[in-house]
Amino acid sequence: MKISLFIPCFVDQYYPNAGIGMVKILEKLGHTVDYPESQTCCGQPAFNSGYWPEARSVAETMLDAFRDAEVVVGVSGSCGAMLKVFYPEMFHGEPREAEAKSLAAKTHEFSSFLVNVLGVGDIGAEFPAKATFHDGCHGLRELGIKREPRELLRHVRGLELIEMKEAETCCGFGGTFAVKFPEISTAMGEVKCASIAETGADLVISNDSSCLMQIQGLLDRQGKPIRSMHLAEVLSHSLA
Amino acid sequence: MSTIQSRQFHHDAEVLTHDLRHRSLIQKALGGYYVKRDEQKAKFTDWQSARASAAAAKYEAVNHLDKYLIEFTDKLAARGTKVFWAADGPEASGYIAEVARKAGVRRIIKSKTMTGEEIHLAQALEKEGYHVVESDLGEFIVQLREEPPYHIVFPSMHLTRGEISDTFEKKLGSQPADTPEELTMIARDVMRKKYCEADMGISGANFAVAETGHISITENEGNARLSTTLPRVLVTIVGIEKVVPKLDDLALLLPMLATSGSGQNMTCYNTLLGGPRETDETDGPVEYHVVLLDNQRTTLLADAEQRDSLHCIRCGACLNVCPIFKNVGGHSYGTTYQGPIGSVITPHLRGLQSWKHLSFASSLCGACTETCPVKIDLHHHLLQNRRNAIAQKFVWWEKPIFAGFAWFMRRPMLYRFAAPLLRLGDPILRMIRGQLIDPARMWTATRDLPKAPPQSFKEFWRTRNAR
Repeated sequence: MKISLFIPCFVDQYYPNAGIGMVKILEKLGHTVDYPESQTCCGQPAFNSGYWPEARSVAETMLDAFRDAEVVVGVSGSCGAMLKVFYPEMFHGEPREAEAKSLAAKTHEFSSFLVNVLGVGDIGAEFPAKATFHDGCHGLRELGIKREPRELLRHVRGLELIEMKEAETCCGFGGTFAVKFPEISTAMGEVKCASIAETGADLVISNDSSCLMQIQGLLDRQGKPIRSMHLAEVLSHSLA
Repeated sequence: MSTIQSRQFHHDAEVLTHDLRHRSLIQKALGGYYVKRDEQKAKFTDWQSARASAAAAKYEAVNHLDKYLIEFTDKLAARGTKVFWAADGPEASGYIAEVARKAGVRRIIKSKTMTGEEIHLAQALEKEGYHVVESDLGEFIVQLREEPPYHIVFPSMHLTRGEISDTFEKKLGSQPADTPEELTMIARDVMRKKYCEADMGISGANFAVAETGHISITENEGNARLSTTLPRVLVTIVGIEKVVPKLDDLALLLPMLATSGSGQNMTCYNTLLGGPRETDETDGPVEYHVVLLDNQRTTLLADAEQRDSLHCIRCGACLNVCPIFKNVGGHSYGTTYQGPIGSVITPHLRGLQSWKHLSFASSLCGACTETCPVKIDLHHHLLQNRRNAIAQKFVWWEKPIFAGFAWFMRRPMLYRFAAPLLRLGDPILRMIRGQLIDPARMWTATRDLPKAPPQSFKEFWRTRNAR
């Protein structure tokens, strides 16, 4: 299968290893990976802030970038939800509505793509660690992804997965919310970090780097020796 | 410019998010709720189907209000109840005060009604010289403290037993008490006298049944039943969206409300009120008035996108799962309806520009939408409120930022060359971290920034393909 990668802007700039991990895994599974280089941002910051026309104009760059793609696989649940759920809504009644719907239909979040489309659970990964998994809200509630990352992690040799209390509670990132209401966002993050620390895990994994930016940012500030990694990084770590 | 309401919210939220005692108190209270709620949910054969059916019943009612409200009021009026249609708060309060005046009422006992809170009914009546007592224990406590309810279902959940005991000691002259039983007995002693003295009862309504013309009230303390049956004059205030088509709908909606609201299978007391005392009856009110309140509900009804927020049965489940609510507390909202439902509907009920900040104060996690027993698309409505607020009046400093953002992101070549340059600023950002000149200080005041990696994904891809 020819797979087009969707690497959101902040993953591109700050978390390239999540994307690189995805490339390694998909290639190991024998697929051709393509990366349309004209992609930039999905437009979510403007969309969530109420600036829909601005968000639409950014989204059109993505419609162009993925016009010829067969299948689009994204490394972030949140940006994936933007394409899958919010593009059709944002382009409703607009000239490019059909294109937005078609992009939504062919876009998949990474873990869901592996498990539900490719039918893969065990990719032969090894990662010795005591880990806990944080569900990114958009992946969880907009895309309904809960079982898939756990299914993948269950097969990782050496990885002990400990569920945290209220794994489904938001970490407080929320995009522009994190800087518009830093006090609330931080309080939510503190609650999340306490749940993570309570498990005794030394690693927190998520399928959304944005949540990990919030979580790691707080853990570092608190001086807690817990690291964070994207699911794709964990799964690809032992692959050549 | 930020509004007074927005500044107040930011201020109160700032205080509460730093109050670790408050945080653990609410976490503990809601921790118990989650356990009981899940136990009750498990008793449904299929909770998701139950949600769909409950939403369908409310959809039918809300989308045919004209038909069901007429059916409801006709049935009620046929049994001698006086029905009053109130466009807003002053009309409703004015009518109720007039009823009280004509009937020579002096003392009023009131059971829980958020609709009453919405129009500040008790305050309006007190201003007219009536003595109004809240009979719901939680409401009674916050009334003594001269505070608004903290939560639509648990008005005094922010208080410890010690604080309640102190309040009783100060306001009622009671002895210090430690157990819920002792505290309840203190309130009960006061309350029993009030029931007997009151010449008017005021209640809210959980549902209004069109088919039979009944008001349905669900509660745990029996206070609503006493407040509605002992006084000689009774007034029920009900929002027009509370109507349901059939009596049978209660068979689903009452357990859904109890499960979502308080983690109970059914609440302890469920009352149906059909009218004043009939000639062959020995108890019940002699005079019964039902006040139907609009107060901008029809504005919400006209908004096809958000009409489903009129499905709300005021169970409070969305508050209970909301991480924002849990950290800022109910009072910070400054609204009658707190939490996600309040953030959705308050801009419609009280003005978008004054209350839009509540729709922005959300991480859009969607826990509210997931839990809502009548399937209101809550967190998406927050996004729509944001869009509507900005379309109506953009924020002067935000507009150029997002216009610039869009301009930049529409240019893939510019992005390719300029984005790595932004990353080069990383060491400087680290040096000025958290200081006034730090452009990222809203982030860095409390959190570290990720370290910029040596190469971006785009650079990785190009290097790899060059090989």
